[in-house]
Amino acid sequence: MKETTRPNQTWKQLSAHGLPWLVPLLLLAVWQLASSLGWLSARILPAPIAVVAAGWDLLLSGELFRHLWASFERAAIGFVIGAGLGLILGFITGLSRLGAQLLDSTLQMIRNVPHLALIPLVILWFGIDETAKIFLVALGTVFPIYLNTYHGIRNVDAGLIEMARSYGLKGFALFWHVLLPGALPSILVGVRFALGFMWLTLIVAETIAANQGIGYLAMDAREFLQTDVVLLTILLYALLGKAADIAARTLERLWLQWHPAYQKETNL
Amino acid sequence: MNAPFVVSDYQIHLNRVSKQFGERQVLDNINLRVPQGQFVAIVGRSGCGKSTLLRLVAGLEEASDGYLGLHFRESGDERSQVRMMFQDSRLLPWKSVLDNVLLGTRGFNLARHALEEVGLWDRRDEWPSRLSGGQKQRVALARALVHRPQLLLLDEPLGALDALTRLEMQQLIERLWQEHRFTVLLVTHDVSEAVALADRILVVEDGRIGLDLAVNLPRPRLRTSTAVAELEDLVLRRIMEDRHPYIPEPPQEATTPLPIYRIAV
Repeated sequence: MKETTRPNQTWKQLSAHGLPWLVPLLLLAVWQLASSLGWLSARILPAPIAVVAAGWDLLLSGELFRHLWASFERAAIGFVIGAGLGLILGFITGLSRLGAQLLDSTLQMIRNVPHLALIPLVILWFGIDETAKIFLVALGTVFPIYLNTYHGIRNVDAGLIEMARSYGLKGFALFWHVLLPGALPSILVGVRFALGFMWLTLIVAETIAANQGIGYLAMDAREFLQTDVVLLTILLYALLGKAADIAARTLERLWLQWHPAYQKETNL
Repeated sequence: MNAPFVVSDYQIHLNRVSKQFGERQVLDNINLRVPQGQFVAIVGRSGCGKSTLLRLVAGLEEASDGYLGLHFRESGDERSQVRMMFQDSRLLPWKSVLDNVLLGTRGFNLARHALEEVGLWDRRDEWPSRLSGGQKQRVALARALVHRPQLLLLDEPLGALDALTRLEMQQLIERLWQEHRFTVLLVTHDVSEAVALADRILVVEDGRIGLDLAVNLPRPRLRTSTAVAELEDLVLRRIMEDRHPYIPEPPQEATTPLPIYRIAV
């Protein structure tokens, strides 16, 4: 691009990409300095370098990947079940008045129960194995997706639907060409919320009882007072959360190219 | 609704058509016959029922009473012979310009031709949000024309455009109409637009056709010509007279069958 030849533009691009990183890097430096100077006890907060070292050790032994994969698998399976169910329920209530009358108030009622409050019941039902965790994750993700799918379909511009009908679209074609794409921005908002709930639920579920996974790693490290590993697991959750966010953004950029709100980024 | 006794050369045939929304009488005993190929403008104050009349013909609303028939030269899918254009372009924002025109049809070449006619073939891959208001309406026009309709219904399609774009669009619509010879029902609140384009002007007042006026001026019509100005004045005055709709009016000519138009050949 010819704009980059202008120094002003280069500086702008640099600051746009670099500035968000400035504060975290600064904090990290202060933290490391405080640990090195002995102001912080390693029991309270180990130095960043110690955390990295702990991570390196776990990586080499293969432990890190094993736990990461176990957590990812739970999250993914739970999310797919929850999101799929939420989508289907949202389509039913969004597309049919009867469906909405039949299901919506019930779903709203269940939605208002904090799903983590069900943990004792879930343990009674499924014990403490995988099913319980996947169930909890699915329960945590189903409602954000459901709500936003329902809301999205109901809010598709009535003028567009009328236009499409007068152009002979009906049934599945109407759904595919008009209702689904019209609801997609809202559905993707639901996906973002759901991904947040997914990690939250997983952390809680894994902390209760597990024999592998990041939560297990954290609880195990706590017993042995390995603060560096505990910190590492927190960091892993942060990274996984960020990865999920990037995935959601990628979907948005891919599917919402037409949306004026998502076109600015491609212009940069 | 397909009463067997009407075999007609008219494209649109309304016999004693009424429409109520709840208690409110929106259209009252409308009689109207529109021959094939005629350009009819429907004007009137907002809320007079002109849009409802159009929506009835489009099949977007059901008449409460009366007979409404559409007749086509070629048989086939009736609904695809009628195309409607709205004030807002109603392009699907998630489809490219070309895909919008292709909506409900697979005729790629037809779509290409239609987009070329409105001069937007080179913008075919754009999202509608990147187009100006006038361009959007041109795409909407192409989308309507790609089906080769015999009847084009225009619901204030130029209402939201700026004055210059409006004139351009009027010329485009007139040109395409002269080429394709479809029938047009144009609802507008712009009397000068009606006078510039139409063969026939209907003034709708309070749910009735208050005036049915043939316009036999040669085309292209110059806005500065006295005949155009006089006609515009006549129609405008007619609409303005109707300022107090609650004053009982004398029985109107609208309740009698009223073909007082002549077809300019």
